[in-house]
Amino acid sequence: MWEYTDKVKEHFLNPKNVGVVEDAQGVAEVGSMACGDALKLSFKTDDAGKITDARFQTFGCASAIASSSALTEMIKGKTIEEAEKISNQDIADYLGGLPKEKMHCSVLGQQALEKAIANYRGEKIQEKEGEIVCECFGITDREIEKAVRENNLSTVEEVTNYTKAGGGCENCHDAIRGIIADVRAEEKPVSRPQLSNIRKMKMIDETIENEIRPSLKKDGGNIELVDVIGNRVLVKLQGSCAMCKASQQTLKNFVEAKLKEMVWPELVVEEVTQ
Amino acid sequence: MKTIYLDNNATTQVAQEVMEEMLPYFREYYGNPSSAHTFGGQVGKKIRAAREKVALLLGADPEEIIFTSCGSESDNAAIRSVLELKPEKRHIITSRVEHPAIKSLCEHLAAQGYRVTEIPVDSEGHLDMSRYEESLTPDTAIVTIMWGNNETGVIFPVEQAAALAREKGVLFHSDAVQAAGKIPINMKESNIDMLSLSGHKLHASKGVGVIYVRKGVKFTPFIIGGHQEMGRRGGTENTAGIIGLGKACELAVKKLEEENTRVKSLRDKLEAEILHRVPNTRVNGGKSERLPNTTNISFEFIEGEAILLQMDELGICASSGSACTSGSLQPSHVLRAMGVPFTMAHGSIRFSLSVYNTEEEIDFIVEELPPIIQKLRSFSPYWEKGKGVCATR
Repeated sequence: MWEYTDKVKEHFLNPKNVGVVEDAQGVAEVGSMACGDALKLSFKTDDAGKITDARFQTFGCASAIASSSALTEMIKGKTIEEAEKISNQDIADYLGGLPKEKMHCSVLGQQALEKAIANYRGEKIQEKEGEIVCECFGITDREIEKAVRENNLSTVEEVTNYTKAGGGCENCHDAIRGIIADVRAEEKPVSRPQLSNIRKMKMIDETIENEIRPSLKKDGGNIELVDVIGNRVLVKLQGSCAMCKASQQTLKNFVEAKLKEMVWPELVVEEVTQ
Repeated sequence: MKTIYLDNNATTQVAQEVMEEMLPYFREYYGNPSSAHTFGGQVGKKIRAAREKVALLLGADPEEIIFTSCGSESDNAAIRSVLELKPEKRHIITSRVEHPAIKSLCEHLAAQGYRVTEIPVDSEGHLDMSRYEESLTPDTAIVTIMWGNNETGVIFPVEQAAALAREKGVLFHSDAVQAAGKIPINMKESNIDMLSLSGHKLHASKGVGVIYVRKGVKFTPFIIGGHQEMGRRGGTENTAGIIGLGKACELAVKKLEEENTRVKSLRDKLEAEILHRVPNTRVNGGKSERLPNTTNISFEFIEGEAILLQMDELGICASSGSACTSGSLQPSHVLRAMGVPFTMAHGSIRFSLSVYNTEEEIDFIVEELPPIIQKLRSFSPYWEKGKGVCATR
């Protein structure tokens, strides 16, 4: 059984603001029945741009209903500019915390809010920005990047807890690892001291050994460092990686991203086949 | 608040008679049955008696009964024994809807290089028998197919499947954890070679299980240790648990008829009343032959965990095949294998009864559940949109 806070239970058993706002100025729907949760949010404002009424309809578990109820309570009385600043963590905090496996419920609330505000402003909302990474739950790279950045996530499991991505067939786990590495890389300070060639090679070797190989081995693959020429890192993929259709993606999104992060931002990974 | 317990496929209460039978073996007769002295030896006699009672429930010989610690151990012991004794055979047949004890074990064995065939089921949960028959090959080491499904209660034609396996010289194991005590089992007239049972599903305590191994079927222990269980399962016996299980099996023989009359009629009433009072519901596997105590009902457009927690507020205990309940993101593998649509699978609730349930309890649920469903549907964005319309991506 999930351990919910009293606040979650309160908002689940007696949710506030269920329904649809009449003459709503901002409306949004996120999620789907296939995913297991969906939320429809609507609100309206007064002349000063303050949210006077907000309502929700939610299909989902207790924490999804509680997150929706909390969201409507949080935005009522706020200006659009104030409401816009609410993050998924704020929703979870309002509820006294959510089990980590349920954080995606707060993300759903934040997504609905963002989309409803865009709708209010008459901004054209692209149905889905970015490319779908997780086919099972239809989650894009942009959504994953955002969750990783805002919640400081570092593992695939955490990404699944927050976005559901990777929770189905697990084929996208490599791609998710790549996205995590990219986000982490951009957070690193840009200025780095020059590296000697010997030091660079040693660091590449260590990074492959400690950071890359263990992940590949988990999926039955392996990697061999063949040579380093300037910033070109030549590698050979082995085991299941060698046969994998997604190996190019693994090479760029994961191996190269990791090396760029840990060793040198200008490294380029190339596959040697023979 | 009174607890109304309709989650007996998860676990059951220990029967009063069973507990009374067990109690002396904690403080008074705590001896080790393997000891040479009378003090320990008398416990050994009680275990022998318990073995006879278990054998009686299964229509088996006492020597065919091995006590274990749980159903999962029994499943592991049975399958691994066969694979160890037939190392040249690398194929396993199972069904797509097994309990995790079998499902995870088969996945583990597949990762080790075994070829595993999962026989599919149709929308009513019926096993694809022609696919099954085709799958039996000379390389098949073992078939493991459950007797009664824990989620839907659907009963598989295991006797027919076991007969086909025997024709091909393949050993047949069945996880009968849910079936034992609920439907008649007679191993004397069966082609099944191995069977798993769990104590706590039939009013004995947790921590005790059984493997039935047909006479003549070779068996090598899973837990290697002392000479307990005639060298087939090492480890000092869970004496109180085993003695309690003996009593529970004795009671199960007596109550088998009540299970199939009174309990079944309570289940049928619960099911019929809910279907009558709540629109957009369906019984998963409802058209199949089922265990008399189980019903799996889907409530369209709402999510199972929310239903469970609303019922929990009233003291009603049940379970759900929804993704949120299990901690995974996908609804129950059993319902997915049956092709239950997502609109239904996320809102599935399993009620499983026992002889301890009363008509008043059923009446209470029948009164209290419809408003809960109505309330949750009033929160749902899909409900107003019109029935049967599903907004998927």
